[in-house]
Amino acid sequence: MPSKLQFAGESIYTFIRNELGRDVIGPEFMRFVPFLFSLFIFILTNNVFGIVPLLQFPTMSHIGFPIGVTIFSYVTYHYVAIKKHGLGKYVKDICFMPGIPKPVYLILTPVELLTYLVTRPLTLSMRLFANMFAGHLLLLVFTLGGEYLLTSGLILKFLSLFSFSFAIGLSFFELGIQALQAYIFTLLTALYIAGALADEH
Amino acid sequence: MTGTLAIVGFGLSTIGPGTATGLIFAAYISGVARQPEARSILQPIAFLGFALAEALALFGLVLAFVLK
Repeated sequence: MPSKLQFAGESIYTFIRNELGRDVIGPEFMRFVPFLFSLFIFILTNNVFGIVPLLQFPTMSHIGFPIGVTIFSYVTYHYVAIKKHGLGKYVKDICFMPGIPKPVYLILTPVELLTYLVTRPLTLSMRLFANMFAGHLLLLVFTLGGEYLLTSGLILKFLSLFSFSFAIGLSFFELGIQALQAYIFTLLTALYIAGALADEH
Repeated sequence: MTGTLAIVGFGLSTIGPGTATGLIFAAYISGVARQPEARSILQPIAFLGFALAEALALFGLVLAFVLK
């Protein structure tokens, strides 16, 4: 009879394997499930550190950590594409996508190159960093505001109750945002890997 | 009352992501209203779209703090 912790762990694993692995990547998904699962759990745990009462430090709110995790995703999806299609064909498929009239290549090629090489890792890391940074800042504003109100006049002491309860409410909202950001990061990585493995591209 | 131009710029730039979020969830609500069984199929797509739109709003916020 599985215990509650085992059930929780297994349900997260089957969620990653089914929704993010099989439905997104397709037939060869099993070799990426360890990577996607580790990515999801790592980002989720580090994010949840932001609302643990004595720790209160979301690791991903310092720009170095999302950059580090994004480097893994970036190297993975390029390596998978190069290993499957070969370097020359991969670069040709990015720059000159088949099935498009010739003059469109003038605008499409720089945009595609920029997307694959710069925009994707930049937005992946910036999205995670900005969400965690903004959430932490919001919690700081309400908590420090409550403390400041507590040390001023008599009427303002009463208002500090609202500030602290808002900070507690925001902590629960932050939990949702943190889980969502971990899921989005893993989903986008899976989508990029699926795009790298796709045949018609 | 003083402020910085960066914060004014950020405030203006939230028109875009705010509109985008409204449109995304309006489409999700319409889809679920037409066909309630599609709720769990459309939900991951709605949240993916929301996170992508939210990312741009938060870029603006971070840049407003970084580039004073």
